Amino acid sequence: MKGRVFDEAALVMSERDNVATAVDDLDEGREFDVDGSTVRLAEAVPFGHKFALAPLDAGDEVYKYGEVIGRAMAAIEPGEWVHTHNCESTRGRGDLAAAEGGADA
Amino acid sequence: MAPTFTGYRRADGRVGVRNHVAVIPTSVAASSVADAIASAAGSPARATPHQMGTSQPRPAREQTERVLAGVGRNPNVGAALVVELGTEDVDAESLADEIAETGKAVETLSIREVGGTRAALARGEELVADLADEAGRARREEADASELVFGVECGGSDATSGIAANPAVGNACDRLIDDGGTASFSETPEFIGAEHILAERCVDDGVRERLLDRVSTRESMAELMGVDLRGAQPTPGNQEGGLTTIEEKSLGAISKGGTRPVRGIVDYAEQLPVGGGLVLMDTPGYDVESVVGKVAGGAQIVAFTTGRGSTTGNPIAPVIKVTGNPKTWARMANNVDVNASTVFGGESIAAVGERVYEALLAVADGRRTEAERRRLEEFAVNEIQPNELADAGADA
Repeated sequence: MKGRVFDEAALVMSERDNVATAVDDLDEGREFDVDGSTVRLAEAVPFGHKFALAPLDAGDEVYKYGEVIGRAMAAIEPGEWVHTHNCESTRGRGDLAAAEGGADA
Repeated sequence: MAPTFTGYRRADGRVGVRNHVAVIPTSVAASSVADAIASAAGSPARATPHQMGTSQPRPAREQTERVLAGVGRNPNVGAALVVELGTEDVDAESLADEIAETGKAVETLSIREVGGTRAALARGEELVADLADEAGRARREEADASELVFGVECGGSDATSGIAANPAVGNACDRLIDDGGTASFSETPEFIGAEHILAERCVDDGVRERLLDRVSTRESMAELMGVDLRGAQPTPGNQEGGLTTIEEKSLGAISKGGTRPVRGIVDYAEQLPVGGGLVLMDTPGYDVESVVGKVAGGAQIVAFTTGRGSTTGNPIAPVIKVTGNPKTWARMANNVDVNASTVFGGESIAAVGERVYEALLAVADGRRTEAERRRLEEFAVNEIQPNELADAGADA
């Protein structure tokens, strides 16, 4: 696998990433020691899903693969599940173009 | 020395890995009959039923013709029968001529002229039997890996796709390209958010501009419609599998094409070069149509990665399915050819990539894929959408 695996259960694909991918079904309360700091899961994170490694503010960019995969829609604490409820795409957003008055639409 | 396999060398120089008699309807109106003829004729007949109507706007008709001609010209086809109802815009004779240019035997059959479906079935079965005799004279001979055009596709993606199955297939693409072959992947909407990585790998500014232009066109379709991609991309299934945004899906998706330079980007169903390295195809994000586009472009073999599980296959090209999801492998091993979920147990991407490459060569040599064993064959032609037609009309 590309990246680093923590405790055989969480994959961090690039140094730049602020989320990790669960490579097992993870229970709430599971703790990971990531570079000296402890990340404790605030909720269960299913296999393949992501959790935050660092605190994020609304609007902050979310990194996986060392690349931007979207932005936080609200503040996210380390250990929180990161998915469509709190992370959104910035691409192909015709709804935003329409909301901006459709000048570009 | 590049690895070899045995295949059917055609008159145009391309090498087939199968020796099918394609039964190609020119419209939906001839599709049931084409299917029935192929079923009655048995091996080696393969029908390509599709949904395109008897009358289509010009750009749509031209695309349909390009797909059907490309499928007939694919070197996996040893001979072809073109079946029409007889009222189609797509002309069966000129389609047959285009296919025959490659030097293979081609016949046509008109359901109206021959006297309806009963007569068409009887006559079609005779024609396919004759074509099968003709095609059956071909023998496998040694061919070089550099003569393979390898289409790669993903469908039913989840988070394991970008971590395991796609990079493993990408590694196999790198191996094939290093051995002189061609690899191609498509689904332009799934470049969105990862196009900067592909752009950096383009061999020159022309290819780069063309690539970025195609991505921007696909993205602006969502903007033109005043909708956002989020409901459809990632799909609800992708989301359940852990993929949150189109950017995340794309970053995982592009890894199935490997890491070599991007040498070009062709249109849907346009011919892919032999010995061409990595060449992209501009297609919509529908996997069956996208696979068909690459087969029409000359791909003899397709690898299809799936996280959530897929049973897909194609009538003309063998489809090697690869999963990186351990649960999908456990549940659906009878539909999957290569298990890439071993990556989670510590097998390297390169080692899985080597297994994918070995599977590619074995399948080229005649080993049947799980989809072939079960005759799981899906075929669809991309239908140009009204807004795209409007664009094409404005250009014309």
